[in-house]
Amino acid sequence: MSNSFLEIINVTKRFGNILALDKVNLKIEKSEIFSLLGSSGCGKSTLLRIIAGFEKPDQGKILLEGNDITNLPPYIRPLNIMFQNYALFPHLNVTNNIKFGLKEESIPMQEINNRVNEILNLLELNGLEERKVNEISGGQQQRVALARCLVKKPKLLLLDEPLAALDKQLRIQTQFELVNLQNKLGITFIIVTHDQEEAISLSDRMAIMQNGKILQVGNPVEIYEKPKNNYIANFIGTANIFHILNKNNQVIIKELNYEIKDINNNKNFNKCLIRPEKINIKKIENQSDNSNVGIVKEVAYLGSYTKYLIEVNGIQFYSFMQNSLVSDNLQIKWDDKVEFKFNDSSIFLFND
Amino acid sequence: MIKLNLNLMIHQYFCLMIRYLKKQNFWFVFTPYFWLVLFFFIPLALIFKISISVSEWGMPPYRDLFSLSEEGFKFDSTLSNYLFIFSDPFYIRSYLNSLSLAFTSTILCLVIGYPIAFYVAKSQANIRIILLVLLIIPFWTSFLLRVYAWKVLLQGSGIINSILIHLGFLTEPISMLHNHYAVILGVVYTYLPFMILPLYGYLVKFDLNLIDAANDLGAKPVNTFLKVILPLSLPGIIAGSMLVFIPVVGEFVIPEMLGGSDKLYFGKIIWDEFFVNRDWPVASALAMSGIVILVFPIVIFQLMYAKYNFKNE
Repeated sequence: MSNSFLEIINVTKRFGNILALDKVNLKIEKSEIFSLLGSSGCGKSTLLRIIAGFEKPDQGKILLEGNDITNLPPYIRPLNIMFQNYALFPHLNVTNNIKFGLKEESIPMQEINNRVNEILNLLELNGLEERKVNEISGGQQQRVALARCLVKKPKLLLLDEPLAALDKQLRIQTQFELVNLQNKLGITFIIVTHDQEEAISLSDRMAIMQNGKILQVGNPVEIYEKPKNNYIANFIGTANIFHILNKNNQVIIKELNYEIKDINNNKNFNKCLIRPEKINIKKIENQSDNSNVGIVKEVAYLGSYTKYLIEVNGIQFYSFMQNSLVSDNLQIKWDDKVEFKFNDSSIFLFND
Repeated sequence: MIKLNLNLMIHQYFCLMIRYLKKQNFWFVFTPYFWLVLFFFIPLALIFKISISVSEWGMPPYRDLFSLSEEGFKFDSTLSNYLFIFSDPFYIRSYLNSLSLAFTSTILCLVIGYPIAFYVAKSQANIRIILLVLLIIPFWTSFLLRVYAWKVLLQGSGIINSILIHLGFLTEPISMLHNHYAVILGVVYTYLPFMILPLYGYLVKFDLNLIDAANDLGAKPVNTFLKVILPLSLPGIIAGSMLVFIPVVGEFVIPEMLGGSDKLYFGKIIWDEFFVNRDWPVASALAMSGIVILVFPIVIFQLMYAKYNFKNE
């Protein structure tokens, strides 16, 4: 039996009456960036703290490369964690923060210095060696925190909301840097985040959590295009969810009174998802016999695309249109009549 | 009408205070210093004056430094009081006893107080308030009464002896009072809050993630304590130790009430010289020496430490 790099088996954790983790099973492969995504209180941070060894699970096991590490104290586990607030030691300067972990291993001073210099170069921290950690910027602190972990050459790096403390410009830049760094070093990353955009752009695979349970595991495309339920569909991006009626071998979107013809797998699904960017709208001047007509209720111009809220038969849904055809799109105003169109292949059917 | 005026006065007082605080007004800031000069340095100068005077029978029991008689102006001063106390091992021993009492009790207060302070600082906010109030409650009772309570507890017919006899550990009461262990007990009991409160002040700001971070980076609990928790709470340890050590060196009441004749302490000796022997010059010389030997090194240490801290902020 081939083991996964990290296996989380049936892990359950309670804090008093609160069930923080409910029989969580997860397999994480070597050298991947794996995200745990969920709103606050979903158990993602608890899971991270259990992997790091700060908490013991009530039930279940953690296997790292096939070895049971469930009962190992954190200072023995061959993994490191980067904290959301970085948890840099305020009484030490940048170099000594980075050296801290190496001094705890019995490594000769010469090698410690070499490794520290190497990591200072890698993370472009040269020139800050002697600075106190509260004298440097947020972005620099984040890199010191990263350096402090990476200099230990961990098998696994846990990152708790790694970008949450940075401002937006820096966050996007740092996202790319993190991915590049991970590719260069090949260390497995587990990232905890509540930011769905961050998770989608960073991860190879991700898990969506809610109420201590893992709802779905998959790569970002799977999660976005084929969410297992309503909650996930709404949590990741914007979702238009409709009900499905199955009658006389016809599959009909109830709210739009639209029959889906191009359908290969006719199980009895009860809901469907159409992402807003897959719905195209076009302004129509006069009354048409086409049934796919709605009224624009809201227009929000967002630079690269425009959001339209369309109302049909008393229900509302979104359409996002790229602003590549400025002249056409910008003519659509509030209360205009529009014809909407989507491919049957862009409808995702699911049960909830 | 009077109530209204009082409210107005309070209002005006605070307006004035805030305005002065904002402007860093010289008089406002230096009023406390003038107070200190008046009620600390002037009495200290008087004590110094007495300590270099010549002792004699009378009231006051020393000769004036300056006198004007038929023989003319006379300056009558002596260092013999100082020479006397430094040549008599009795005084030096009592001073060393006080230093050792202060040192022992500071260490004990630190060892007992540190975990308490840490626990209080890291408990949930609503529990923390209760724990802090519990720490402060003893101050609502008179200090003398609390020390006297220990006398009642420790005496031959006291509760502790009774319980030990009842449980069969003792057949007859032992004397727990009037020895230097009782003094240490009393001092540690009295001064413990002075250690805990400054420690608490520093530990409450301590980020618990730092402990996890140190653990995660491979530091075992002992190293985590020595390399992270201890250095970051050092200012609190120093502040607390000062608040215990300095007053305990001069402590008079606790040795007087709980102590015996096995060890004599500095505070008690000064008292005896003043009020039993009525040798004010020797008593003053003792007090002055105590201040010079103890306080100057501490002041210098604190100045240097403050400078060091300031640089590292």
